[in-house]
Amino acid sequence: MNSKHSALYALMLLLVLFPAFAQKTELTFWSWRPEDTEKYSKLLASFEKQNPNITVKFVPFKNTEYNTILSAALAGGSGPDIFQSRAYGGLETFAQSGYMEPLEKWVPELRNFSRDPLRGATSIKDGKIYGVPFASQTLFVYYNKKIYKELGLQIPETWDQFLANLAACKKAGYQALANGGKDGWTLEVMMGSLCPNFYGANDFYDAVVSGKTTFQDPRFRTAIERLKDLTPYMPDLYMGVSYTDMQSAFINEMAVHFVGGSFEAGYFSSQNPNLDFDVFPGPAAKKGDPRNVSVYADGNFSMNAASKNKEAAAKLLRFLASKETGDFFIKELQQVSAVPGVDTSTSPYISKVLSLQKYSTPYIFLVGFRYNQPTGSALMQAALQGFMAGKIDAAEVCRQVQEGIATYYEPFKKK
Amino acid sequence: MQAISRRTSERLWIAFFIFPALLIVGVIILLPLFMSLFNSLFSWRQLIRGSFAGLENFRRVFFTEPYRTRFMNAIGHNITWLLMTMLIQNTLGLFIGYLLSRRIFGSEFYKRIIFIPVLFSIVAVGFLWSLYLRPNGLVNSFLKLVGLGQYLRAWLGDEQLATPTIIIVNIWRWVGFPSLVFLAAIDNVPVDCLEAAMLDGARDSTVFFRVILPLIVPSILIITVLTIIGSLNVFEQIYTMTGLDGSPNFSTDTIGTLFYRTAFGSIDSGNPEIGIGSAIGVVIYILTLGASLLSVITLGRKEVEL
Repeated sequence: MNSKHSALYALMLLLVLFPAFAQKTELTFWSWRPEDTEKYSKLLASFEKQNPNITVKFVPFKNTEYNTILSAALAGGSGPDIFQSRAYGGLETFAQSGYMEPLEKWVPELRNFSRDPLRGATSIKDGKIYGVPFASQTLFVYYNKKIYKELGLQIPETWDQFLANLAACKKAGYQALANGGKDGWTLEVMMGSLCPNFYGANDFYDAVVSGKTTFQDPRFRTAIERLKDLTPYMPDLYMGVSYTDMQSAFINEMAVHFVGGSFEAGYFSSQNPNLDFDVFPGPAAKKGDPRNVSVYADGNFSMNAASKNKEAAAKLLRFLASKETGDFFIKELQQVSAVPGVDTSTSPYISKVLSLQKYSTPYIFLVGFRYNQPTGSALMQAALQGFMAGKIDAAEVCRQVQEGIATYYEPFKKK
Repeated sequence: MQAISRRTSERLWIAFFIFPALLIVGVIILLPLFMSLFNSLFSWRQLIRGSFAGLENFRRVFFTEPYRTRFMNAIGHNITWLLMTMLIQNTLGLFIGYLLSRRIFGSEFYKRIIFIPVLFSIVAVGFLWSLYLRPNGLVNSFLKLVGLGQYLRAWLGDEQLATPTIIIVNIWRWVGFPSLVFLAAIDNVPVDCLEAAMLDGARDSTVFFRVILPLIVPSILIITVLTIIGSLNVFEQIYTMTGLDGSPNFSTDTIGTLFYRTAFGSIDSGNPEIGIGSAIGVVIYILTLGASLLSVITLGRKEVEL
């Protein structure tokens, strides 16, 4: 054996013992949040510091194009190692196409996550967990604290108090409610924020999901009817008022209330740092009843089943399931992290949202009925537009939603 | 080495020049067309192609709920597009073309003004007009200013008005095109025909209906066929003004938006149904092909007559 050979063997031995010298694993990580690129790179830099032989390439795509690009890439056998995935029905598509790796054995931290966020990462077909949930969203009512003070209003506990507050705002010359109906999904959000306390929140949810009752249940119909009480306080020609119109009315302190999701707060504060707002849960029918808020999982981090770097990808996922990432979501992104035991002391707003989640119910159509076309959401949004415009009544809304879902939903077919 | 004959060399040159275009047409137009036809004959499990299903997807589009209601609703709106565009846009275009051909005062200026919106990006037009049509937008403010306050409407949020409103915006954008086509056609009417009619004492209206109109039939046919194809494919205007869901309450849905929503899904509209979506795509293709064939046949015949 000459010296040239021995040097070669020594090098090979070195490579076997210390693979870190041999190669740096590069993971690709796809996201639908181009606006958060800078913040994510900060988070990922911390991961790379802890795992010097792994580098992560963060590749964001436009939100509305993300699904199409991701499905094309995965169907073509390529795609990223780790990617943001949608919750519930959006997860099912990829999980059942075999593009996602089940994560129970890779990410033991998932055992500590609570049931609600995990529901958005679990396939309803095989019960396996396909993602690390990252944030939850909550639906409630925003109000302008300054105007409330000026008019001497109290936070409403009951529906009647809420209507009285709206009337007082209108009388004082303010636009009482920012919400309009041009974008159907904002009407669904309104339903999700205000109706659960009338249809019986979780009792009704469990009954309708299991097929024990239908959406034509009188409880659900009367809940929908309540939304009509709001029309006098909505903007003029509210059916033409779009989502961005709603946001600007509230941000510019023209409107006193905004029925919406927890995801709005960051945008509100960034557009008008002087806006003094807070939130309250949808009012109850009777004084003393619990006031439920609708909650849903926003999305997950998932692993490509065809990834060539599963070990490294699992390391990144475990990092994304850690307290460090949880704190990052709260501090940097103003989002309610799904990681258990995170520190909310830095953000009073998030502490408030978490306290409202004490009485929570799944956001009914997104959580339960977005698995097939036409989704419960698509049906509800269209029907609510007809209802709010006065073209159809609440019974017809319920019939359209029920019959649309019954074309594919097994528990409804038996009826 | 023997030099290739002139004929062969000519053929090679032709092939050389045609090849790039053929490649583009093949990859960008023909291949997807056949792919969607192929996909429409299979059942799909999410993103995975399943077993051969024959015409099952087409049967579901036409005969089973909820697809049938949505499809019929959408194609109804395509027909509304066709009728309103034919009636308003093309009549207006013919009228404007005729006026411009009379060389009215400032006609060169009007010609440019009317044609400018045709050059605008359809997305920009949709976006800007959706701002103008907001409840407190330019259109309603204008109506209030001129004392027509009772006609304030939620133009894009009203089920009855949304589709006609978008069509009218599209007419605003596109009317310059038929106007110019008709202007060119009228300018090409032989002067001796017109002079002969004048000498015989024909009035302007008689000249228009008896001489000009019959002579510009080929242009009218071309515009008609383009209108049919345009009305079948309408998508961007709706996407930018009321969104993919055909909001409000499906009152602006067309087969274009229905196809996109069904095949690709959107964030809110659930899982993609590629089989059904492809079937709708094939239906759109067949309808468009029918319109094009109609034009080829009728235009060919007209040219012979002329």
